[in-house]
Amino acid sequence: MTRLKFARRSLLLGTAGLLASAGAARAQGGATGNTVFLSSQMNVLQEAQAVREVVLKNYQGKVEYVVEEPAPFAVHVAAEAKSGQHTASLLGALHGEFPPLQAMEALAPLDDLAAKLADRGIPAPLMKLGQLGTGHQMYIPWAQATYFMAANKKALPFLPTGATLDTLTYDQLLQWATNVHDKTGNRMLGFPAGPKGLMHRFFEGFLPPAYTGGVVTTFRSPAAEAAWATFAEIWKHVNPNSTNYNFMEEPLQSGDVWIAFDHVVRLLPALRQKPDDYVTFAAPSGPKGHAYMPVLVGLAIPKGAPDPQGAAAVVEYLTRPEVQILLARAVGFFPVVKAELPVDLDPGLKLAVSAIAATQNARDALPSLLPIGLGAKTGEFDKVFMDTFQLVVLRGQKPREVLDRQAENLKRIFAETGAPCWVPDPPSAGACQVQ
Amino acid sequence: MQSRLMPYLLVLPSLLFLTALFFVPLLQTIALAFHGGGDWTLSNFTRMADDLNFGDAVVNTFSVVLVVVPLQLAIALGMAMMLRHVERGRDIVLWIWSIPLGISDLAAGLLWLAILNDHGYLNSLLFRLGLIAGPQSYLTYETPTALFVAIVVAETWRATAIVLVILVAGVQLLPREYGEAADVFGATSWQRFTRITLPLLRPSIQTALILRTVLAFEMFALVLSLGGRNFPVLVSEAYQWQYVSQDSGVAATYAIVVMLVSLAATLVYLRVLRTPREQML
Repeated sequence: MTRLKFARRSLLLGTAGLLASAGAARAQGGATGNTVFLSSQMNVLQEAQAVREVVLKNYQGKVEYVVEEPAPFAVHVAAEAKSGQHTASLLGALHGEFPPLQAMEALAPLDDLAAKLADRGIPAPLMKLGQLGTGHQMYIPWAQATYFMAANKKALPFLPTGATLDTLTYDQLLQWATNVHDKTGNRMLGFPAGPKGLMHRFFEGFLPPAYTGGVVTTFRSPAAEAAWATFAEIWKHVNPNSTNYNFMEEPLQSGDVWIAFDHVVRLLPALRQKPDDYVTFAAPSGPKGHAYMPVLVGLAIPKGAPDPQGAAAVVEYLTRPEVQILLARAVGFFPVVKAELPVDLDPGLKLAVSAIAATQNARDALPSLLPIGLGAKTGEFDKVFMDTFQLVVLRGQKPREVLDRQAENLKRIFAETGAPCWVPDPPSAGACQVQ
Repeated sequence: MQSRLMPYLLVLPSLLFLTALFFVPLLQTIALAFHGGGDWTLSNFTRMADDLNFGDAVVNTFSVVLVVVPLQLAIALGMAMMLRHVERGRDIVLWIWSIPLGISDLAAGLLWLAILNDHGYLNSLLFRLGLIAGPQSYLTYETPTALFVAIVVAETWRATAIVLVILVAGVQLLPREYGEAADVFGATSWQRFTRITLPLLRPSIQTALILRTVLAFEMFALVLSLGGRNFPVLVSEAYQWQYVSQDSGVAATYAIVVMLVSLAATLVYLRVLRTPREQML
């Protein structure tokens, strides 16, 4: 079934790609005076339709939303930059897709636009990501998704004294899970550590960076050792079925788990089903802050774009709070701006939006990005973290030895790819180095 | 002339088909396994052997095969023998017994998952009988024995039918004369079974064992749905390396290990269960 699903998915993507290139060709052919908005995200047929027909519907100017898969997107934009023949005036892509474009100087700085949009309340850490380390605004954050925690209200009486959900630390999470375990006799904390779960993101963007302030450079630091040791303690109060959980909505709904961590999309069905049963909050913080993994989509204008004014107008439109909410409703990507939630917003979505806001607006928020520049080695990068988890947490080995051994694998991956460090690791001249 | 060429022409399409869809991928897999960083290398083999799950995968795969295959042979033999004495409704019994044959191993895995998970049918039953106070877990990393038993039971349920069908076909071909002769000389049923039926069934047993063992070494979907990450086997590791870690080299190496193990098992069966020429029917 899994294989079939893959096949069907790639077929679907293939079709979408085909349609997209047809769209691109049309945009190229008929100079209709439209602002061409080329995006590598929200690129599945239904999503693209929703962006065109719902999100962009009330835009006053003329805009043409054209989608492409990330790989051809990169080739397309690079080709336009090299040839100087531009069709796209606005680019929508994940944060990680912009650095290669910036490296070939394909993007125009957007400092003026950023100043104009200052009142939108896009959090400073996100704006800083959009500078790509140049000191100039290279893209404007557009939408985001992330991971957070949801808890059944039944778990709230067991919160340790003095702890609040907004300022929860990993030590308090440990105490909380211990309390629940002691009082109910059940282990009610859950993580998506099944074969199709997204557990690796917890290690790449949440727990270790909250202790070390880094991901790669600090992989085998004493602080990382402490993080893993803490997690091994926490795991004693985690539902042992967690290594079978792929989507935390399921154990939350069945009541096997009261407190869960997962991607917004994988929690949302439970929140929508019974919004009154749950509270949502940011993943806990460690000594270095509230580390979290933003999945950030940005808007950039290529150098030499045919219609930069039109593009800027679309950016202004897309960052309006009401349009941001429209996007959340239509495709499940959430606002980056300060948005007043409409009263009629469905309560499950509201829970998700508020948790995402709590995550990114935390005073000590520490964004820790998706891997950048690893290409085909991304899977092996994930495996380093999952292997560490398996050895330290499930098999009870000493973190020190495991981290030292796995660090060798990390070094090999970075030696082979030459990928530089990404946030929160400090920028590196060449390949990112494990210290 | 035409009649001399005809047999070759007739087998040609299947030969081409197999060459294109079996030998070419096989060679590609071997090339993948021995290739890395643009050069011929054994690095994929060392990475596979150094991986934390490799030892577990080997041990798990062999333990399941060594327990399941003999168990299935014994059960299928018993069923085939019982079936000999069923006169009316024999076809219906055989039909019901072979139902699991028609179920894919993923479906079988999901079915047993529905029985064995925390809120599954087994727990509901035990709870209603008052034997347990709350949900029991059988499929976690903390209950390796229960998990192993669950996989053995599910695999036995799913794939005994194929052994049975082969044995039943064999049993039907056995000449009655030998049995009748044994009766005349006063042999007990056990003696008849061990001295006459079993030796005569040897070719069928050999076929069934080869088929079953090769397929058992390839077990995947059922184990994955019941055991997930908690019970790595050789093929599920190949899958993990290919689709999760996106490393075709190590995945191909696993595929080659599975192939070699299956080949070795086949050779052992062919040798050990060789039918002496004079016994051929």
